[in-house]
Amino acid sequence: MSNLPPRSLGVGSGGLLLGHEAATSRGAGSPRPGSLMRTRRIKLQIFRGVVFLIMGLFFLVPIGAMFEFSTRGDTMTSPRTLEAWTAIIKVPELTDAISVSLQLAAITSIAMLVLLLPTMVWVRLRIPQLNRILEFICLLPLTVPAIALVVGMVPLYRWIGVNLSDSILTLSFAYLILVLPYTYRTLDAGLAAIDLKTLTEAARSLGAGWGTVMLRVVVPNMSSAILNACLLAVALVLGEFTMANLLNFENLQVAILYIGLVSASTSIAVAVASLVFAFVLLMILSYVGRPKDRVARAEEIPGSLVPSMTGVSVLAELVDQPK
Amino acid sequence: MTAAGNPAISTAARPPMRTGRRLPLAWLGVVPFFAYCGLFLLLPTLIITGGSFATKDGAFTLSNFTDINQPYLVKAFLYSTIIAAVSAVVGALAGALLAYAVVTSNPRGILRRSVTSASGVLAQFGGVTLAFAFLATVGQVGFISEILLQRGIDSLSRSTWLYELPGLILVYMYFQVPLMVIVFLPALDGVRPQWREATESLGGSTWHYWRYVAGPLLAPSFLGCTLLLFANAFSAYATAAALVSQGSIIVPLAISNLLTSETGRAQPGLAQALALSMIIIVTVVTVLYSLLQRRTSRWLR
Repeated sequence: MSNLPPRSLGVGSGGLLLGHEAATSRGAGSPRPGSLMRTRRIKLQIFRGVVFLIMGLFFLVPIGAMFEFSTRGDTMTSPRTLEAWTAIIKVPELTDAISVSLQLAAITSIAMLVLLLPTMVWVRLRIPQLNRILEFICLLPLTVPAIALVVGMVPLYRWIGVNLSDSILTLSFAYLILVLPYTYRTLDAGLAAIDLKTLTEAARSLGAGWGTVMLRVVVPNMSSAILNACLLAVALVLGEFTMANLLNFENLQVAILYIGLVSASTSIAVAVASLVFAFVLLMILSYVGRPKDRVARAEEIPGSLVPSMTGVSVLAELVDQPK
Repeated sequence: MTAAGNPAISTAARPPMRTGRRLPLAWLGVVPFFAYCGLFLLLPTLIITGGSFATKDGAFTLSNFTDINQPYLVKAFLYSTIIAAVSAVVGALAGALLAYAVVTSNPRGILRRSVTSASGVLAQFGGVTLAFAFLATVGQVGFISEILLQRGIDSLSRSTWLYELPGLILVYMYFQVPLMVIVFLPALDGVRPQWREATESLGGSTWHYWRYVAGPLLAPSFLGCTLLLFANAFSAYATAAALVSQGSIIVPLAISNLLTSETGRAQPGLAQALALSMIIIVTVVTVLYSLLQRRTSRWLR
């Protein structure tokens, strides 16, 4: 309350205006406020129109230009062709990279669930004093840019390459760290929405083991949060470039860059395809993310239609992975 | 002493005492996760910290940090800061305008739904794909460049501005603006229409409302979000890597060039010192952001 500055409104031109307004409304009668509202609404509509037009152009033209570029013929005069798009499946380097990136995405999502979810449940139920530390560690990757973290990963991966495996799938180790902040936030929101303690105690008292509790009680009750976390992890892994490039692995993004040096239109076609794929994934995410158990949150922020994204985002978008 | 004071304070918050006895066993459950984070998050960070204070042979030195004082690295830091700052400020302004345009629309309407969803996607959209999108638009054979060329204007098709400072700023705007929409929207949603009505009933104009009511309330959030955008642009690498094929015009590119070049191998500590500097800068900015965010939440929502 004390924040509203009544003093500043009272003094200076504010005071003057008060008198002016009072005088006019006394003179003109009741229609005045109505027309004032109307002018303001028109002004607002113009403002919104201009903003949406400019932003729409800025964001849609580059995507349209990619479509245009990927359908160009060999010369300026030759007709439009879908050659670049059909070439996607003909370049083995590219299909390999796509399959590898999809495998990485799957491994990372599953490993994330196996490692993170039981830990979160366990900490909430048994060691609640550890909750803050767990959150801190999960959000820590946000303050370590991927490009900086990779510098420390290089010696680590040299060791892994010699002693364990030099497969590109070992990248999952690093990716699990990268997706941690995003998935933690999503799972945290999911866990907060269910009465974990009662659910697990009920299951335990009926004789269920911890495995049954996790798989048949916790997971089904927060399936949408789990799906959200997985989709986020998949989107992040598919867009990852920094780690793969500097650890000398060729995932989808690295392949797109290298193929671009040979055939720009093919790699732009792949870029559009991967963008559309990520878009579809995240669109699903934004719709799945608001089932009944989120009603309380949706009311808190009226019309917040991407609760999962905004929930994750506030800190989580801080240090991007894909860029 | 504490034993007497404790139950009185925390009976409601803390679980019963018997958890205390189980503690050693219970802690085993979190070992895998913490071990993993120790190995793949803390160990790399320690490697960076240790390595930046060591010579190639492992002896202690500060020379890695004094070596940052080379013209090309100083320039990289300067450029990184300029790009991050300009794209953060412009992105924050544009994003705030867009967010306001969204907030004033129907809260359950299709417009708001699509803008917020698209922002969620585009804020994550970066790297190679983004670089290609702009090459296909305003690159030397891009869509707009070709249109201009047909009209006799060859300024876009001959220039290399896209690979330099202004180009990077323009491209970064593509993920900065949506990020601003996402992080600033909750603050705008927290502004109550009653405050505006209160201002008007006291005779305040639109200007007074923004200057004395909404402005001061939103300022900490706006500032915090700008810092967030700064950190975001400062640590971005892939977009620049795909766009700029040579040179180290920003710090992330300098790091990657050191990691892959002979000079970098001769002095591994230099890349680590650069990485540590980046981590410190981003950490400081993040802490400031979260402090401002906490201040915002005192008034809004």
